[in-house]
Amino acid sequence: MNTALAWLYAPWPWYVSGPLIGLMVPLMLWIGNRSFGISNNLRHMCAMTQPKSVGVDFFQYNWREQSWSLVFAGGAVLGGFLAGIVFANPNPVDLSVAALTMFSYWNVPIAGGFLPPVLFDLTWMGVIVMFFGGILVGFGTRYASGCTSGHAITGLSTLQLQSLFAVLGIFAGGLFSAHFITPHLFSLFG
Amino acid sequence: MIKSEAASWYRIMEMFHFQSFHMFGIMMSAIATGLIGVLLLKRFGRLLTLDGEPIVVPDKPPGRINYILGGLIFGLGWGVIGLCPGPIFSLVGMGSIGALAALAGALHGTWLYGLVKNRLPH
Repeated sequence: MNTALAWLYAPWPWYVSGPLIGLMVPLMLWIGNRSFGISNNLRHMCAMTQPKSVGVDFFQYNWREQSWSLVFAGGAVLGGFLAGIVFANPNPVDLSVAALTMFSYWNVPIAGGFLPPVLFDLTWMGVIVMFFGGILVGFGTRYASGCTSGHAITGLSTLQLQSLFAVLGIFAGGLFSAHFITPHLFSLFG
Repeated sequence: MIKSEAASWYRIMEMFHFQSFHMFGIMMSAIATGLIGVLLLKRFGRLLTLDGEPIVVPDKPPGRINYILGGLIFGLGWGVIGLCPGPIFSLVGMGSIGALAALAGALHGTWLYGLVKNRLPH
């Protein structure tokens, strides 16, 4: 019993969660031809809230047919609540020594949780950075017709060439900003 | 995702600086499992879903430049906020104001794409 509980609270190693995530691809196909991927929900949410008078074509379709996808996003929110609050790991993320050294150079505290506190909580810097970063993510994900789950996981495991291009693009973009932008962010705002 | 810390900004930065195998392990084992699962499903699943319909793996829409450019833009954002769309939703569930701001941004970005879609190379 104790070990089962400890397992719920502890972070899972990659060889447990990786296959679990990968298993979603055939499982969702089997349940009803659904592609594992989350970013389409951003489009559905735009379609839901777009006033008729605005009328951008891209958001004019029957989003109700895709409501399973919104349930999936709701599941991700609930999963975040369960895993991150109810069964939260009390310890900070178990990073490599190299990463810990890097973060101390960047002036980023290693707190428990998933985002540095300045980004996680309500701070000017956090909200501005997250909002504009979010715009890039939202724009790019739709331009590329998918994000990490839809391309790197579903796309690559069904051997789609387009997804390989997307993943290469994603990784190149991420390498650039993680090396040349993010390290300077924290000193900018103090 | 939360339990594997794939939704952690710290893990994403660590990945982009090649300082740990953790994220690469998750991605590679997820892809391998998906690949094997889909192959098995095709071989033994009689190509039917639970509803009795044939299984179709939807092809991604054709194109090349849109995947590369879109990926680049997405990646630029990801390398800063350390969250891709899945974790954005999860962290909203954890009550993060920052993730809520990222969700608001992502919705604006998505909407912006819909607005200028026809003027972009695809």
